[in-house]
Amino acid sequence: MSPAAANGTEFTADEMMTACAARALRDGMTCFVGIGLPSAAANLARATHAPGLVLIYESGTIGAKPGWLPLSIGDGVLAETADAVVSVPEIFNYWLQPGRIDVGFLGAAQLDRFGNINTTVIGSRYADPKVRLPGAGGAPEIAAFCREVIIIVRQSRRSFVERVDFVTSVGYGTGRGDRERLGLTGAGPRKVITDLGVLEPDPVTCELTLTGVYPGVTPEEAKGATGWDLAVSGSVEVIDAPSPAELSALRALQAMTPGGEGAR
Amino acid sequence: MAQIVSLAEAVAAAIHDGDSVAMEGFTHLIPFAAGHELIRQQRRDLTLIRMTPDVIYDQLIGAGCASRLIFSWGGNPGVGSLHRFRDAVENAWPGPLQLEEHSHAGMANRYAAGAAGLPFAVLRGYGGTGLDGLPGLDGQPAVRPITCPFTGERLTAVAALTPDVAVIHAQQADRAGNVQLWGITGVQKEAVLGARRSVVTVEEIVDVLAPRAQAVVLPSWTVDYVAHVPGGAHPSYALGYSQRDNDYYVAWDAISRDRERFLRWLKTDVFGAPDPAGLAGARAGEEG
Repeated sequence: MSPAAANGTEFTADEMMTACAARALRDGMTCFVGIGLPSAAANLARATHAPGLVLIYESGTIGAKPGWLPLSIGDGVLAETADAVVSVPEIFNYWLQPGRIDVGFLGAAQLDRFGNINTTVIGSRYADPKVRLPGAGGAPEIAAFCREVIIIVRQSRRSFVERVDFVTSVGYGTGRGDRERLGLTGAGPRKVITDLGVLEPDPVTCELTLTGVYPGVTPEEAKGATGWDLAVSGSVEVIDAPSPAELSALRALQAMTPGGEGAR
Repeated sequence: MAQIVSLAEAVAAAIHDGDSVAMEGFTHLIPFAAGHELIRQQRRDLTLIRMTPDVIYDQLIGAGCASRLIFSWGGNPGVGSLHRFRDAVENAWPGPLQLEEHSHAGMANRYAAGAAGLPFAVLRGYGGTGLDGLPGLDGQPAVRPITCPFTGERLTAVAALTPDVAVIHAQQADRAGNVQLWGITGVQKEAVLGARRSVVTVEEIVDVLAPRAQAVVLPSWTVDYVAHVPGGAHPSYALGYSQRDNDYYVAWDAISRDRERFLRWLKTDVFGAPDPAGLAGARAGEEG
């Protein structure tokens, strides 16, 4: 993609993704945050349009207000700035499971057309994987119980696959009605934010549909980076490039990060 | 009543070949020095239990201490893969590693059931996931459906975790062996109360434990061994005593990626460093 914003400011694909994800968060929301791009996006939102965003990390830190981007979900700055620090059983049982949290951010190694996520193994045999990935962590319950989910993942034929090798976290299962049948109380993935644009579930079929592209990206490029026949909305929006304010806020967060030079 | 002993004595007395061992601490207060002592004492055939295996279990797995792992997220936080863990699963090096895998919520509930003296815990979740259907270490399904006797609702049951030994790091103990930890307290209370034996390493031994908001206190009679190991959580951290050494976690990626380099690290930084005060870890980041 073209790395130049309308005003001539250079920006990276990660900065575009992070800004796009930050815009999906509204002030006052409660947000269950994973490390990496999700944490960068949530902290960018808090530094710009959503100062009242409540950040919750699975380490049990509720209402954390880090001034930089933590490397792990348990960095000291999260506990030191939190409204409350609770145990790990409590964060999952009392806070996540009952549906108290508005939005959960997830990444993926593989994603299918119904937003199901694999972070467990690559390869068809679980016991003898080609690549052993980290596994589930908090993701299955974030996917199940947050009121809605935002997925951030780089788009390629390798990661956007017809069928995930392992369902670690459920999106829409095999389609409409599956979440209800499985007892998953949250609404499921609302947006998939990639390095090319944004996919949203079709309101009827729940199949992920390209609804937005970044400046300079065509729907054909997005289709070419997808391992299934990607549905394209009748009106694909061109998403605004990161504004100077977004870029300076994000870069300030990264500059504050001890030893860090960017969103990992 | 807890006995206050050296780290080497605590590990020798509490942890034996073939034991199931939960070394907990959720990013914070990870008992690294105790892990290195286990490597030095060359424990074998351990069943390691931890929500996030983290660099501590990457080291134990690479050193050949473990044959089984019960876990929920096996990555290097914010960095990438745990290469020794991957090498064990993908290539059986240095030996095969049998897995029992859950979600964080599943693991947290399993610890809570162990602490509560219940055989299992109930939660929502696992529906539609591939985790539902994976075998546990005994070959039987690790996750089972259960029907609520009041509402008829279908829920998920996971078996209690009752490790032979729990090992944790805390900020303080007093001279009677009462332990206090604070900040991110993870599942350490549940792990200790659910285990048959426990070892706690501490930053500091104080005359009197000052009451602290949101602290976890483990009375002396719930703990078997306390060892004074300042810096014993490095490269993890102890809130109020140290910062997380993020550079070490980044440096571990290159050290652990290559078997020969990892073996050199073992020799110099674990076997060559019998002083368990966390100095071993500080050198890893400097290695070529």
